[in-house]
Amino acid sequence: MKRIIQPVLAVAVGLIAGLAVTWGAGENPWHVFRILVKGAFGSGYDVGMTLFYATPLIFTGLSVAVAFQAGLFNIGAEGQLTLGALAAAAVGAVWPGLGSPLAPVLAGAVALAAGTAWGAIPGWLRARRGSHEVINTIMLNFVAAGLASYVALYMIKNPDSQNPETRPIGAGYGLAHFGLFGGAPVSAALPLALLAALLVWILMGRTALGFEIRAVGQSEAAARAAGIDPGRIRIIAMALAGGLAGLVGIGEVLGNSGRFILGFSPEYGFMGIAVALLGRNQPAGVVAAALLFGALHKGTAELDLETEHVTREVSLVFQALIILCVSADGVWCWMGRGERWSVGASERGAGGAGGREMRWK
Amino acid sequence: MTSGQTPAVELRELTKRFGGVAANAGVNLRVKAGTIHGVIGENGAGKSTAMKLLYGMLRPDAGDILLGGTRCNWASPADAIARGIGMVHQHFMLAGPYSALDNILLGAEPVRRGVIDRPAARRKLEALAGQYGLSVDWDRPIEELPVGVQQRVEILKLLYRDARILILDEPTAVLTPQETASLFENLRKLRAEGKTILLVTHKLKDVMSFTDRVTVFRAGKVTGEVATAQTDPQELANLMVGRKVVLGLHVPPARPRPEPALEVAKLSLKGGAGSRHRLAEVSFAVRRREIVGIAGVEGNGQSELVQAILHPRESRCRTAGVVRVLGREVTSWAPRKIRELGVAVIPEDRLLEGLLPERPVRENFLLGLQRSRAFSVAGFIDSQRLSEAASVAVKEYDVRPPDLDLPAGKLSGGNQQKLIVAREFQRQPSLLIAAQPTRGVDVGAIEFIHQRIVAARDGGAGVLLVSSELDEVLTLSDRILVMYEGRVVAEFERGRVTERELGLKMGGA
Ligand SMILES: Nc1ncnc2c1ncn2[C@@H]1O[C@H](COP(=O)(O)OP(=O)(O)OP(=O)(O)O)[C@@H](O)[C@H]1O
Ligand SMILES: [Mg+2]
Repeated sequence: MKRIIQPVLAVAVGLIAGLAVTWGAGENPWHVFRILVKGAFGSGYDVGMTLFYATPLIFTGLSVAVAFQAGLFNIGAEGQLTLGALAAAAVGAVWPGLGSPLAPVLAGAVALAAGTAWGAIPGWLRARRGSHEVINTIMLNFVAAGLASYVALYMIKNPDSQNPETRPIGAGYGLAHFGLFGGAPVSAALPLALLAALLVWILMGRTALGFEIRAVGQSEAAARAAGIDPGRIRIIAMALAGGLAGLVGIGEVLGNSGRFILGFSPEYGFMGIAVALLGRNQPAGVVAAALLFGALHKGTAELDLETEHVTREVSLVFQALIILCVSADGVWCWMGRGERWSVGASERGAGGAGGREMRWK
Repeated sequence: MTSGQTPAVELRELTKRFGGVAANAGVNLRVKAGTIHGVIGENGAGKSTAMKLLYGMLRPDAGDILLGGTRCNWASPADAIARGIGMVHQHFMLAGPYSALDNILLGAEPVRRGVIDRPAARRKLEALAGQYGLSVDWDRPIEELPVGVQQRVEILKLLYRDARILILDEPTAVLTPQETASLFENLRKLRAEGKTILLVTHKLKDVMSFTDRVTVFRAGKVTGEVATAQTDPQELANLMVGRKVVLGLHVPPARPRPEPALEVAKLSLKGGAGSRHRLAEVSFAVRRREIVGIAGVEGNGQSELVQAILHPRESRCRTAGVVRVLGREVTSWAPRKIRELGVAVIPEDRLLEGLLPERPVRENFLLGLQRSRAFSVAGFIDSQRLSEAASVAVKEYDVRPPDLDLPAGKLSGGNQQKLIVAREFQRQPSLLIAAQPTRGVDVGAIEFIHQRIVAARDGGAGVLLVSSELDEVLTLSDRILVMYEGRVVAEFERGRVTERELGLKMGGA
């Protein structure tokens, strides 16, 4: 119960604080709130856009969460999704003649594979070479961005456009949009994201592999002593994380723009970290958090037109405040007067400090 | 100073509940100033809880704490420390990568003009260390120091803060006999200076030789208090458990089968950075239906030996040698494959290697068995069967409280150990490697675990027992190997060696 109430309260406090900020900027917070709600849920189209933004966040949130369960910090979802999208677009541009359903399935599988590979690299580096995944995933983000520019500008450039983008994919690749949402680009990517969440839930909670991943994340020494190979598990977890992020390409390329556009992602990869944090690294939580952030993203877009003093960037303020509230662990502890003292994080010298790093609650 | 009459410490009707469990249900305890006061009791009886209440780490639900007759109401350990109470925990509370010096200063940094005055602190500490003969390498990261030294650091930490009342929660559980002896020598010195010492322990021998009075806990209550001079270990054991306990199990001699469960041939290990010891041409065999005990002061290669058997591929510094488990050469095998041959392991350091402290008992029972046929079908875990098996085992091994959803880290130390033993025996092992299997376990549970080990032997398992507890090695082992500086320096048959001889061999004589 507490596990649900806490984030919900945090979101509420964060939103109120965010509205207070807009009030400080000279807006009527009630008015702002109404614009937000109307912007995000006012019509079928608005709901559709909210879902469209939420879809990639589900994938990246899951990506960060899976890595985190193995005790790894995946800062590289941005690079992984870039590569996934690029790969899907490349397949569609190079073999435009393929027809449905083979075409989208192929492109989707390639996106998955590209993300997986891009995630497995830092996993392998961490497991076998001991270099930290935070650094490596950040660096690989830059590599992915560079690679994407090169491919989009020099290899399969769109000759009919001034924008930095690849040639459009063949017609057979496109995913249909659900009619319900007034033309918003909600495609099969959304049910796929929900399916991914379900599969992650099953994997983590029900399978031996999921148990091993969590065991490594909890205590490497104990996992190792139990015969689990922590290195192997880390590689698997990062590969999974990368694959999940790579799936973002499906909704973006096949379901929306029909090509790879440089800079299409408003940093979905980094927002995924916030989504995972708010969702407590649980699949259902990630889905809920992704919906919230999608709604914020859509809702705040209206602020540009409808208010005088604030713009859509307020979205970031809201996000930041919510995350602050969620991570204020000490405050929650104090409110619950928990017995945090008794089983300290660093019982027994040797294990303590190592086990302590980056422990989200 | 308190007068002779008012006790230095008094606990009155102290009560503390955790959820449904009453860890302390009206504890009454009086400790005279300038004495060493023993606190004993079964695992989970509430000893650590009472001590944590006294130290301000937990807050009582009801009852009072009195120091020298005045009532105290701690809000946090800081208050208790300010009033001269210090505690060394059952599981040390040290910051691994920090130096010994910084660990002592942590929380009590001597600040001069906004910076930590390390030289002054160092002088004070060196004086203290000299006074008690507690030598410590101040600048090495604490995690690289042996446990005995880590404990010295914990004690120095208390002395540095001028503690007058010292609480030691199972201080000797991880110490070698030599380290134990020097610890008690120091405690006596401290007592002579008028300090009051509360000693929680499971070792009746230590209680008998070093304490003035003893308080016995059972199920959250105090069931007796006696002067040490007027009691004996058997009486204490009975008071603790509430029934007659067999101290010194009688183990019938083994009838070993000829085929070996474990063979180690000419195993040599070059010491990696940081570890002094290595193995030099260690060769021995453990037959099925036989217990081979490895005696030795901790740090003479026993841990390396166990690692080399269980993780042969990772023992990168292995220069030579072969390990055969149940007739198969496993020198290049993955650890999991070795375990799947039917190898059960009770690891030396239960919190670090044996458990996932934040995960529930149920999941801890699964650890290592997640791919066994008993609990998994095609990679999926059968949670129904897991819960059933776990609750049966928890009952059979008397893990208290029998709550499968409790995080394992919240079990008392001895109950954690019972949980590990329960899990490992679930494998029905053909080879059992037990490192310090009864560390921190109460007399009743020691009796139980010992019986289990003997039963495993009689059921056909080969048992490799690594223990720094002489009594344990002598009682259980059919053969005893003594390790000293990475070599096997002596071998004895059951009953052919005295404790004294063994002690001498362990010291390298
Ligand atoms: N933080 C906690 N949450 C829930 N239960 C707890 C917690 N701490 C202790 N307990 C329970 O309270 C009881 C008493 O525990 P305590 O650690 O005081 O025992 P102990 O006498 O020190 O045992 P041991 O000799 O095994 O160390 C146990 O049943 C234990 O499981
Ligand atoms: Mg205890």
